[in-house]
Amino acid sequence: MARHVPPGRAGVALVIAMGTLAAACAAPGNNSPQPAAGGTATSSVSAAPTCGSAPITMNGYFETGFPIAKALTTEFTKQHPNVTWNIREDQFAVITQNAPRVLADNPPDLMRLPQVSELVKDNLLKNLDGYAQAFGWDKWPASQLEQLRLGPGGRPRGEGSLYALGLNFSITGVFYNKKLAAQIGMAAPPTTLAELDQALGKAKSAGITPILQFNGGATGGLAFPLQNLMASYGPTGPINDWIFQKPGATIDTPSNLQAAQHLERWIKAGYFQKDVNAVDYATMMSRFIDGQGLFMFNGDWESGNLDKQMPGNVGFSLMPPVQQGGKYTAMSAPLAFGIAANAKNADCAAFFLNWVATDKRAREIGVEVGGSHPMGPADAYMPAVASDKVTAGTLAAGADVAKDDGAMDFIANATGAIYAKSWTPGLQKLVAGQETAQELLKTVQADYAGQLEGN
Amino acid sequence: MARPFATQPAHRRPAATKLRGARGLAGWLFVIPALAFYAVFVLRPIALTFQYSMYEWNGIGPSTWVGVANYGKVFTDPDLFNSLINAFELIVFFSVIPVVLGLAIAATIRRIAASRLALVARTVLFLPQVIPLVAAGIAWSWLLASTGVINQLLRLVGLGGVTRAWLGDFATALPAVGMIGAWVLLGLCTLLLLAGMSKIDPALYEAARLDGAGAWREFASITVPSLRQEIAVCVTVTVTAALASFDIIYIATQGGPGNTTMVPGLQIFYLAFFERQVGTASALAVVLMVLVIACALPIQWFAKDANR
Repeated sequence: MARHVPPGRAGVALVIAMGTLAAACAAPGNNSPQPAAGGTATSSVSAAPTCGSAPITMNGYFETGFPIAKALTTEFTKQHPNVTWNIREDQFAVITQNAPRVLADNPPDLMRLPQVSELVKDNLLKNLDGYAQAFGWDKWPASQLEQLRLGPGGRPRGEGSLYALGLNFSITGVFYNKKLAAQIGMAAPPTTLAELDQALGKAKSAGITPILQFNGGATGGLAFPLQNLMASYGPTGPINDWIFQKPGATIDTPSNLQAAQHLERWIKAGYFQKDVNAVDYATMMSRFIDGQGLFMFNGDWESGNLDKQMPGNVGFSLMPPVQQGGKYTAMSAPLAFGIAANAKNADCAAFFLNWVATDKRAREIGVEVGGSHPMGPADAYMPAVASDKVTAGTLAAGADVAKDDGAMDFIANATGAIYAKSWTPGLQKLVAGQETAQELLKTVQADYAGQLEGN
Repeated sequence: MARPFATQPAHRRPAATKLRGARGLAGWLFVIPALAFYAVFVLRPIALTFQYSMYEWNGIGPSTWVGVANYGKVFTDPDLFNSLINAFELIVFFSVIPVVLGLAIAATIRRIAASRLALVARTVLFLPQVIPLVAAGIAWSWLLASTGVINQLLRLVGLGGVTRAWLGDFATALPAVGMIGAWVLLGLCTLLLLAGMSKIDPALYEAARLDGAGAWREFASITVPSLRQEIAVCVTVTVTAALASFDIIYIATQGGPGNTTMVPGLQIFYLAFFERQVGTASALAVVLMVLVIACALPIQWFAKDANR
C-alpha cells in the first residue's frame, strides 16, 4: 500500500502549500471594519428621523423563540406599508457566537444583541445618543437605559453613551404552582426569606420537589436563585457594579458569601431535584408545567406561556427580602436590540425602536406577546391585563421593583465568557459537593479579573 | 525542471520521455481541480490556524503578535490541559471497546454468515453509523436521563440504588458520553472487520481444524493476524474520533457538569466563539492536530510492518 512520492512532485505540492501559507501571512484583523463616517461619532440628528415614504427593506436578525420581535415588525408594516422586513432568526447562543462577524460583514439594520461590551469595543454598534436626544429617550426612567449605556471602549457599562434599546424589559422572580402551594398551606407567597425557607421545608417533607431549576450542560440555572439570594442579603449596587465592570468591583463580598452559603444549604437539604445537573431549561419548563415542583426561579418571558399552559394555576412573586419590609429586588434586563455601525437604514431602525415604546398597539403587543413591561416614558399607556393571569403578577412586580429601585442586570452578563466558563461549572460543582460556596465566589472572581485583564 | 541528460536512465528513449511528460501534464490537469480545493479548503485553513495561534486576537479588532505564548497557555491552563486528558480517556470508549467488541461480534457473525440472523445483526449494528450524531446524542441524553429507559431498566431489575442522571453526575458523565461513542463506532468496526474476515482463505481454517485447533485458537492464530490492516484502520479512525470528538458531547453535556466532559474540540469552539480568544483556540487546535497525527502515524507503521 505504501506509495512512494517522487521528490519533484512533493516539491510542487510543497510550493502550493507554501503559496497558501504566504497568502495567509498578513497579521489577522487588519481588515477590521471601520464604521462609515459618523458611525461611532454620535449620530447627530437634527429632527427625529423617519422611515420616509419610499419603499424600504429592513434587515433584521432576531432570536428564535421570542415571537414579540416579529409580531412588532408585522404590525409596523401594517402602519407603515413602505417598510418591509427581511428577517433572519437564530437561537440566542448562535447569535452570541455570530454577533461580531455578522455586524462586521453583513450589518443588520436591527439586531437582537448579546452582551454588548465587546461589540462596542470593536466599533460594531451605532451610538444612539443622537437618536435618544431627537426622540426624547433620555427622558424615560434612567433605569431602562442604564444597562445599555457604555463608556468609551465598552467599559464600564451602566454609564456613557447609549448603544442599544429594549423592545421591552423583563423581570425575574419566583413562579409557584398554586395547587401545590395550597397542599402545603401556603396561601400567599412568602414575604421574607425565612418564610420561603419554611415553605421549601414543608414541600420537601410533603414529598413535593421544592424547587425546579435547570443546571445542566453549559447553562447553570442555579445562578437565578443565587443572584436572588445575593440581593436579599445585600444591596444591589455592588452587584451591578461588578456586572458593569466598574473598577475594583468584586463578587466575593461577605453578603454574597452568605447568599452562596444559603444556596449551598438548599442544595444539601435536597430542595432541588437530584438530577439538577442534568436538567436543561426545556426540561425544567416541562416539569414545572407538568406540576412536578412547587417553585421555579425564572423570568416573565414565560408569563404568557404559563398562562396558556396552566391557566389560573401559576403565581409569581419577587424574591422576598431577609427582613420583613425590606427592599424588593429582581434581575431585570431590557430585551436589547441594536443597530449595526454600518447599517443602511439606521434612521428607520431608530424610528422603529421609538415606535415600539410609544405606539399604543405596539405596547399592547409588547405585553400580550412579550409578557413583559414595555419601554418608554413612565406615564405611557399601559394595556389592561386580567388580574388572574400571571402576566398581571409579573407586571405588578415590575412596578414594585421600580419603586424600590431594585433592578439588577444578570451576573451571567458580566463578561462574554463568565457564564459558560465560570458560573456554570462552579454551580455544578457546588451541587455535586465538589466546591464550597466560598471557593465558587473566589474562582469566579479570579476568572473575572483574568478576563478583564485580557481585554 | 531540466535535468542533465546523463542522469536519465539509459534504457529510456527520448520519445518515451516526451510521451510520459505529456501524460504527466495531463495527469496534473486532472489533479489540479482537486488540488486547488484541497489547498484552499484544507491547507490554507491549517496555515491560517497556525498563523492565528501566534497572535492574541478577538476575531475582529487588531491583533498582537505573542509568539508561542498561546501554546504555553494550552499546557499550563488546567482547564485547557484537562480537556486533552479527557480526550485520551475517551480513547478507551471510542477505540478499545468498539475494536475488541467488534472483533468478537464479527467472528460470531462470520460463523452464522449464511443465516438471516447475520444480516439482521449486521444491519442493526451498522445503523448507528447512518444516524446523524446529533440525533444519536439527543436520543441518548433521553435514554440516560434520570427518568430515562436505562434507569427504568435498572429499577426493574432491582438496581434502583445505582440509578442517577448519568450525564449530570461528575463520576459518570465522561464514561456515559464514551458509551455513546462506543455505540456509534461499534458498527463501523464490526463491518470493517467482517469485510476483512471474508477475505481470509477458508483453507487456513480448514488446515487449522485438521491440526486440531479449537475456535479460540482459530481466532487468535488466524483471524486476528489476518485482520491486522483492518484493525489498524479501525483503531486509526476511532482514535481520531476520540481525540477530535465534538458533536456527541456538544449535544449530550456541552462539556458539563463542571467541565468533566470538556474535550479539546468543544474547548476550541468555546474559546473562539464565546471567549473570542482566537489565538488560544488556534493554538489548542494545532496541538490537537499534532496529537492526532502523533497517535495515527505509529498505528500506520504498525500496519505496514505486518505487510512484510
